Amino acid sequence: MIAPIKQRLGLSTPLTLSQREALQGFIYISPWIIGFLVFTVGPMIASAYLSLTDYNIVTPPRWAGLNNYEYMFGDRLFWKSIENTLYYTIIFVPIAIAGSLALAMLLNQQIAGRVALRTLYFLPSVTPVVAAAFLWLWIFQPQIGLMNSIISALGLGNGPLWLGHPGSSKPALIIISLWGALGGNTMLIFLAALQGIPKELYESADIDGAGGVGKFRYITVPSISPVILFNTVLGVIGALQMFTLAYVASSGRQQQFSPGGPLNSTLFYVLHLYNSAFDFWEMGYASALAWVFFVIVLAITGFQLWTSRRWVYYEGEDN
Amino acid sequence: MISELFPAWRVKRIIRYVLLYAVAYGLTIIFALPFLWAVSSSLKPVNELFLWPPQLIPKTWRFENYVEIWHVAPLARFFVNTVFVTVFSVSGRILSAALVAYGFARFRFPFRNFLFLLLLSTLMLPYQVTIIPTFLLFKAFGWLDTYNPLIIPNWFGGGAFAIFLFRQFFLTIPKDLDEAAKIDGANTLWIFIRIILPLSKPVVITMIVIGFLESWNDFFGPLIYLNTPEKYTLSLGLANFQRVVSAGGQATEHLLMAASMVMTLPSILVFILLQRYYIQGVVISSGSK
Repeated sequence: MIAPIKQRLGLSTPLTLSQREALQGFIYISPWIIGFLVFTVGPMIASAYLSLTDYNIVTPPRWAGLNNYEYMFGDRLFWKSIENTLYYTIIFVPIAIAGSLALAMLLNQQIAGRVALRTLYFLPSVTPVVAAAFLWLWIFQPQIGLMNSIISALGLGNGPLWLGHPGSSKPALIIISLWGALGGNTMLIFLAALQGIPKELYESADIDGAGGVGKFRYITVPSISPVILFNTVLGVIGALQMFTLAYVASSGRQQQFSPGGPLNSTLFYVLHLYNSAFDFWEMGYASALAWVFFVIVLAITGFQLWTSRRWVYYEGEDN
Repeated sequence: MISELFPAWRVKRIIRYVLLYAVAYGLTIIFALPFLWAVSSSLKPVNELFLWPPQLIPKTWRFENYVEIWHVAPLARFFVNTVFVTVFSVSGRILSAALVAYGFARFRFPFRNFLFLLLLSTLMLPYQVTIIPTFLLFKAFGWLDTYNPLIIPNWFGGGAFAIFLFRQFFLTIPKDLDEAAKIDGANTLWIFIRIILPLSKPVVITMIVIGFLESWNDFFGPLIYLNTPEKYTLSLGLANFQRVVSAGGQATEHLLMAASMVMTLPSILVFILLQRYYIQGVVISSGSK
C-alpha cells in the first residue's frame, strides 16, 4: 500500500516507522479533512466573499462592499427576527433546562415502571418536527381545537387564536417545543449525571440535618453544574436556530405567504435568512445574515462559557 | 389507635409516595395527549372532525382513512424516497466516521490533537452559516433536485458527533489486540475490519439509531434541495400534504393526522427497540460517563 505512493513521490529513503504511522493516520482521517475543507472551510470563505456582493443567482455576483451590512441595520425584518429569536430563546431555554432537570430528578426516585416512564417522556422528541407541528396545529385550532375546548371547559372563556394571532403565536410555538424537548436528550443527560453523584454526599448531608432544598442547592446543583452548562450551551444554540417548527406552523395553511407570520411574529432569524436566500434569491444579503448569525452564536456561547467559571464546579479542582 | 398505626412520619411518607406517583404518571398524559388526539382524529369521518365539544372517542371508527392516505397522496413514493436517503446517509456516516475515528484513536501524527479540537469545534458551528455556498456548490455540480446533497456529504466523515462517539469507543478497546494481529502480519485496514469493527457493534447500533432519526426527520435539507414532488421525502411531502391532496375543498385534517402518524411510527419503533444504545450514545456525548 505504501510502496507505490513512495515511488510516485520519489522518496529515495524508506519511511521510518513513525513516518509510516503518521502517513496512515492521515489517510484514515482524510475523508473528514476533505469534507471539512469542501463543506466547511470553503463555504465559510465563500460566504464571507458573497456577503460583500449583490448576487441573485442569475447574473454573476457584483461587488457591493459593505452595502449588505448597511442594509441589514436598516432592515425592519432583521430587527424583528432578532427580537423574535431572543424572545423565544430567553423563555424557552430556562424552562426547558429546569423542566428537564425536574423530570430527571423524578425518574431518579425509587418508582415502579421507571424505564417505561422514561420511554414515554422521550417519545415526543423522536417525533418528526413536521408531524409534531401538524399534531399541534390541530390541537391549537382556535374554534374546535382540543386546547381551546379545555380552556372553555375550565370556564376560562374563549381561548386565544394561538398561531393565528401575533400575540399568541410565539407562546404556542414555545409550548410545542417544550413538549418535544422536556423529556428528550437534555433529560437523559441530566439523569445520567444525577446517577453519577456519590450517595455518600447525600448521606452525610442527612446526618447534618440538611433538608431537601439544601441538598439540592449544595449537593445536586454543584455536582451536575458542568452538565447544566453543557445542556444550556447546546440548548441556546439549538433555540437560536429555530426553523422547521416555525416554517411549517406558519406556512402549513397559507402557502402563498412567506413563512414567519402572522405579521412576522414567528419570523425567526434563520427563517429570515431562508426567505432572503431561497424565496427572494438575495444570496449576497443572505450570506451577510449568515455571517452575522455566526458572530452572534459565537458571542453568546463565549459569554456563557466565560461566566460559567463563576458557577460551574469541576471535580478535583479547588474552588 | 389511629395515630399509633399512622405516626406522622409514616403519613408523610405515604403522602410523598402518592404525590410522586401522581406526578410521574400524570405527566405521561400530557406527553401522550397529542398522539392520542391525532390517532383519534385520524380514525374519524370528516363530519365528526368539527364536533363541539371535541370527542376523544370517534362515534364511527373510520379505519379506511389509513387506506385512503396512500391513494390521495403519493405517500408510498415519499416513503420509498425517505428510506433510500436514510439508508445511504446512515451507512455513509457510519463507515466514514468509523474510519476517521480509527485514524484519530490509533495513529500518532503531527497536529493530531489540534485537528481533533478543530473537529470538535465544528459541533458548535450552526449549519446555516455555510448553507448558501454549499447550495451554490451543489448547484454547480448539477445536484439540485437529486438526493446527492442529502447523501454524499455524509460519506466525508459523517460529522463531528459520530467521529467523537466512535473514537471514544475505540479508545476503550485494548491495544494488545491490534499488536497481536500486527505480529501476525496483518495490515492496519485488516485490523480495522476484522478486529475493531466487530467489537464496535454497540456504537454502530447507537449511530444507526441517531443517524436514522436525523435523516428520517430531516426537513431543511429536502426543503432546499428537492423541487419535484415525486422526489419528496416524507417530511417534505407531509409539509405540502394539504396542497398535494385533492379533497375538493373538503377538510383533510383526519387524513393529515393519519399521514403524520404513519411518518412518526418508524421513528418511535426504532427508538423503542434500540433505546438502550441510543441513550448510551447521548450520555457519552455529554461527557458525564
